[in-house]
Amino acid sequence: MNWVADRPALDARALRREFPIFARHPSLVFLDSAASAQKPRQVIDGIAEFYRGDYANVHRGVYKLSARSTDLFEEARERLRAFFNAADEREIVFTRNATEAINLVAQSWGTAHLKAGDEIVISDVEHHSNILPWQQLRDRLGLKLLVAPTDETGEFDLARFEALLSAKTRLVAVTHLSNVTGAVLPVERIVELAHVRGACVLIDGSQAAPRMPVDVRALGCDFYAVTGHKLYGPTGIGVLYGRYDALEAMPPWQTGGGTILNVELAHTDYIEPPHRFEAGTPDIAGAVGLARAVEFIEGIGRDAIRAHEEALTGYGLDRLSHIPGLRLVAGGQRRLSILSFNLDGVHAHDVGTVLDQHDVAVRVGHHCAQPLMDKLGIAGTVRASFGLYNDEADIDRLSAAIEACREMFR
Amino acid sequence: MNDDLRELYQDIVLDHGRHPRNFHALEHPTHVARGHNPLCGDRITVYLQVDGDKIADVSFEGRGCAISTAAASLMTEVLKGKTIAAARQLFAQFHARVTGGELSALPEALEEDVERLEPLTGVRAYPVRVKCATLPWRAFEAALNSGLAGDTIKTE
Repeated sequence: MNWVADRPALDARALRREFPIFARHPSLVFLDSAASAQKPRQVIDGIAEFYRGDYANVHRGVYKLSARSTDLFEEARERLRAFFNAADEREIVFTRNATEAINLVAQSWGTAHLKAGDEIVISDVEHHSNILPWQQLRDRLGLKLLVAPTDETGEFDLARFEALLSAKTRLVAVTHLSNVTGAVLPVERIVELAHVRGACVLIDGSQAAPRMPVDVRALGCDFYAVTGHKLYGPTGIGVLYGRYDALEAMPPWQTGGGTILNVELAHTDYIEPPHRFEAGTPDIAGAVGLARAVEFIEGIGRDAIRAHEEALTGYGLDRLSHIPGLRLVAGGQRRLSILSFNLDGVHAHDVGTVLDQHDVAVRVGHHCAQPLMDKLGIAGTVRASFGLYNDEADIDRLSAAIEACREMFR
Repeated sequence: MNDDLRELYQDIVLDHGRHPRNFHALEHPTHVARGHNPLCGDRITVYLQVDGDKIADVSFEGRGCAISTAAASLMTEVLKGKTIAAARQLFAQFHARVTGGELSALPEALEEDVERLEPLTGVRAYPVRVKCATLPWRAFEAALNSGLAGDTIKTE
C-alpha cells in the first residue's frame, strides 16, 4: 500500500510559476518565508484590479463606488472569518499586522480587565512582539509576567506550564509555531489548561496560519493574531480574531473616525466590534489583497500545504543533520518549516553572506527573539524557512551552499 | 568562486578571523570601550594603554563575525606604537576606503599601514557588512574619547 498516495498532492514547481518574483529571479532559492512570504499573481493583480476598478473610501459613502468598495472590504472580512472558522464576521478585526493585533489586546483588553498582582504567562520562544506589549503592561499595571519553558529538545513543557498557572493567571499569550525553532506548540492543551483556571488565551498565529489549517473555534482560544504578509498577502494588513463577547467588553484602543455611534463634546458612544477597533481609514486594498491570498491558499488546500511543508522539513532536517559541524537548534517532535542552525567556527552573518552569493536567501541574527538566544547561549542563528513554493531542490542548493561555506572557512 | 566573495573573504581576513592577534584584555588599560552590533549580537571590547600621546598597547576581546574579528585584529596590529593623531588619521582613511568616501591626504609614514588594512576593503561590495568592519574602530574611537568610563557604542 502506498501511503504517500493518501497525501494531498502539491506541485511546488508549478505553484512557483504563480509567483512573478521567481520569474524575475530565476536562480533565487528563497528560504525566508518566515520573515515574509512572496506574493502570488492573484494577490498582486487583485490589489491592482481593486485600485483600477473598485476603489473609494469605505463606509458612509452614498455613491455606488463607495458602496462597492465597502462591499469588497466587508467581503474580505467574511473571507477571513471563514478561513479561520470564526463564528461571526464581527470577530475579525483588521489591524496593520500581528504586532498591532497583540498590542490592541494588551492596550484594550489588558487595561480594562487587569489589575496589580494579576499574572500573564508567555513561553520562552516568543517573538519580541508577544513579549514587549506584556512587559509594558506589567510595568504599567503592576502585573507579573511568567515564562513557561521549552525543554532541551525544543518541546513546550506542559507540566511546567501547568505548574505556573493559578487563580491569579488572567492571560496566557503564546505562539502557535516558533519563528526560531519551528516548534509547534500544543495550543489545544494550553487553551484547555488555561481555561480551567479562568484565564484567557491569545495565540500568535503569524507562523502557523500560512502552514496549517487553523480553526479558532476548535482551538477555543479567545484571541488569535495573524499578519497578512506572511500569509502570502500584502504588507500593512493583519487580523485579530477575538471571541465576540470578549471584543464586546473591550473599550476602543485608538479612537477616531469609524469607531463611533454618536459624538457629543461631553460624551461619545462607540460602535460595536469590529469597527470599534478600526479607527481611521483602514488599509482597504490590503484587506482585499489578503482575501485574494486566503483564496489562493484555499485553492491549494491547507492540508496539502502542511503535508508538503512537513515533508520538506523532514528532508531538510535529514540533509542538514548530515553536514559536519552544523548544529541545529532543537525544535521538538512537531516542528514545521523553520530550521535554525549554526555552523561550528563560522559566524551566522558570514554564513548568510556566503549563502547569498549562491543566491540562497536566508535570515541570520536573533530573529526578534533575544530572550531565546540568551537561553540557548548563542548570539544568533542562520534560519532557513519554507513556503509552499519551495521544494527539495531548494534544500539541495542550501546544503551545497553550506558545504561551500564550510570549505571557505575550513 | 564569486570574485566579490573572494575579495571579501581574502585569506588574510580568514586568517585573522580564525586566529585574531592581540586577542586578550590588557592588565592596566588607560582606555576601554565596548562596541555592540544589536542586529547580530556582536560584542567587542577594545583596550588601550596610552602613554603620553602614544598608543603603547592595544588589544581586544569579544565575539563577532569573521569580518569584525579580522578588522579588530588588524586594527590592533597597525595601532600599536602610533600617536593618537596618526591613529585618528588611519581611522578616517580606513572609513573612507570601506565606505567609498572621499580620501584625505595621508602622511607617507602611514601608507604601509593603510596597505595592511586593504584586505578589509572588500566589504565595499557588501553594504550590509560595512559596519562589521568599522565596529572595532568605532569602539577604539569611543575608548579614546571616554577613557576608563567604558562607553558602549552601537551600530544601530
